Amino acid sequence: MSRLPVRKTYKLFIGGEFPRSESGRTYEAEGQNVARGSRKDARDAVRAARGAFPKWAAMTAYNRGQVLYRVAEMIEARRSEFADLCSGPKEVERSIDRLVWYAGWADKLAQVLGSSNPVAGPYFNFTVPEPTGVVAILAPEEPALAGLVSRVAPAIVGGNAIVAVASETHPLAAIELAEALATADVPGGVVNIITGLHEELAPWLAGHMDVNAIDVTGANGDVAELERLAAENVKRVVRGAADDQSAWEISPFLELKTVWHPIGV
Amino acid sequence: MTELERKQDRAPIPAEWAYAPAPESREVVRLRERYGLFIGGEWVEPKETYTTIDPASEEPLAEVGQATGQEVEAAVEAAREAYENGWSALAGSERAKYLFRIARLLQERSREFAVLESLNGGKPIKESRDVDLPLAAAHFFYYAGWADKLEYAFPNRKSKPLGVAGQIIPWNFPLLMLAWKIAPALAAGNTVVLKPAETTPLSALLFCDVLRQAELPAGVVNIVTGDGRAGAALVKSEVDKIAFTGSTEVGKAIQRELAGSGTKLTLELGGKAANVIFDDAALDQAVEGIVNGIYFNQGHVCCAGSRLLVQESVYEDVIDKLKRRLTTLRVGDPLDKNTDVGAINSKQQLEKIQELVASGEEEGAEIYQPPCRLPEKGYWFVPTVFTNVAQSYRIAQEEIFGPVLSVLTFRTPDEAVEKANNTPYGLSAGVWTEKGSRILSMAQRLRAGVIWANTYNRFDPASPFGGYKESGFGREGGLHGLGPYLNFE
Repeated sequence: MSRLPVRKTYKLFIGGEFPRSESGRTYEAEGQNVARGSRKDARDAVRAARGAFPKWAAMTAYNRGQVLYRVAEMIEARRSEFADLCSGPKEVERSIDRLVWYAGWADKLAQVLGSSNPVAGPYFNFTVPEPTGVVAILAPEEPALAGLVSRVAPAIVGGNAIVAVASETHPLAAIELAEALATADVPGGVVNIITGLHEELAPWLAGHMDVNAIDVTGANGDVAELERLAAENVKRVVRGAADDQSAWEISPFLELKTVWHPIGV
Repeated sequence: MTELERKQDRAPIPAEWAYAPAPESREVVRLRERYGLFIGGEWVEPKETYTTIDPASEEPLAEVGQATGQEVEAAVEAAREAYENGWSALAGSERAKYLFRIARLLQERSREFAVLESLNGGKPIKESRDVDLPLAAAHFFYYAGWADKLEYAFPNRKSKPLGVAGQIIPWNFPLLMLAWKIAPALAAGNTVVLKPAETTPLSALLFCDVLRQAELPAGVVNIVTGDGRAGAALVKSEVDKIAFTGSTEVGKAIQRELAGSGTKLTLELGGKAANVIFDDAALDQAVEGIVNGIYFNQGHVCCAGSRLLVQESVYEDVIDKLKRRLTTLRVGDPLDKNTDVGAINSKQQLEKIQELVASGEEEGAEIYQPPCRLPEKGYWFVPTVFTNVAQSYRIAQEEIFGPVLSVLTFRTPDEAVEKANNTPYGLSAGVWTEKGSRILSMAQRLRAGVIWANTYNRFDPASPFGGYKESGFGREGGLHGLGPYLNFE
């Protein structure tokens, strides 16, 4: 008699835990019942992200880089599982390599994006990049894994905490990624992943007063309406590359802080 | 502080400082009776006009245009034509030379501009002469040098100008904000349509004469005057970018209006900065910093240090010193070289300040205003300090944009950070302490775009300026001020 496999329950990833949607709803995607996150789930995720943000932002860049690298290690260890949930091994390898690439950026951002400014007076003046805060990410529908990684990695490497809405049609790779993240030393709440309907979730995140930036790279539907909602608290609206890597994918999630101090005896 | 020092510190203050009047001559400024709109290098007769005044006397200064939607569109078309027929193809080194010329011309005519700025805006001549004008010229000089070095500013990136930039500026630093907007835009290869603030159009209109002298090609810079309607028309026009400095409320409306349009946007909005005084600070210097932080330019400064956070152990000393210092501030004629605090920019702004100050008294804060004789005509407000302020009071939450300071206290650095960051704004912050490690730690933890440590309200063209959170996005000044005027491949 052949063994009956144990099936997985596909859940949300909020604050380092795997709850079902508080709404009790699911929807069918890729042949599975996936949690259909609600407005309340999105708000819980924002709270978790806000709570995790200060520590993550204050961590040394070297440490953050190692955490991202550790995520790459965890995906590498689950290569075949991930390959089944996206377009195949090539996409998995691309995603791993992208994480490693971004991991190396953590302790270079300030040197590449910051500056020492020669002001006309007896002042020491410098500019450093800092994370924007809590970032909402609407993941691209495809590629299922590389699309999510391409948006999440540049947001978190600079110290932001994020709430990502997974690909609506291909959410399984995102849930698998959540499981890798949970074992990769990413502090709980730094990355939160909600599965569900974009149309339902995106407006709440776009209008949320405690979200500092929204990445609409993967947004489908009425992006203009999301941008209007974003204006309520002067959110940064980010449009990036769905499947590419660049330092300029990181900078839209950063603020620049300039510090002055007199020079004297 | 020893008993002796304490006694000296509280020595009686003369009832009135007897300064002889030292007025700067108005003669250097020759105003026309009526100004048109500056479109395509020509003065265009406006369909509608309004009167711009001197807020210190309420005397009319000139008639200026209230640009209509059509006229704004004409300005955008002129800018587009100038962009396509020459400016965008011009070598960076040549663009640079135009900007260097403008910088030099501003230096040469700086007294004329300074007097006009004080006449039309109400700011003390001391400030327009020593701050606004030198910084405006320096800004053009700084960005001139970038015009032919963009490939060094952004290594490994191919950049292109955006096209036409629409720029809307406030009334607090009229010419300086014009420089902040126009210099990087032109250096990056764009052409511009700029709308000065309704109450302070004159220095921008005089600037058109500098453009004539610089022989800048027609249409590269267009100036359309008017109230918010002209600004709204500019936002709705076919520009490639909007750069706005002003209130958070209007900034949000612009962001909403541009939603889905793809038009680039930078916003430099309001603030409610915390100025944090630790007990180990050099208190006399800190008091000067507090005064400069909130009474500079009548407090009409988006980055003004309007919330004073004082460590409890030095609270009484700081407040005593501050009150004493306030009695020596000279409020009055903006053109008098001794004046520290000039006129409030407009009747509307004066009413806003009065309304918020009344709310502070109603909510239970304790008000202090030094004895002060104000001129009979014009718009004036006595430098004001509120103590016993709770974080929930409107005067601790809302931007007053006037010479009004709200004082709160704290015990620990954590509490200071918590209170300082307890605002939707994030433009600037100040910290005063003699302890280096504390400065760096506070500078890290304060969520604001500009941190002044043991100083306040310093500006420089090489220093990026801009906010976190609802204080806006994008930076002006420095290398980082160029990017918002470029597209990258």
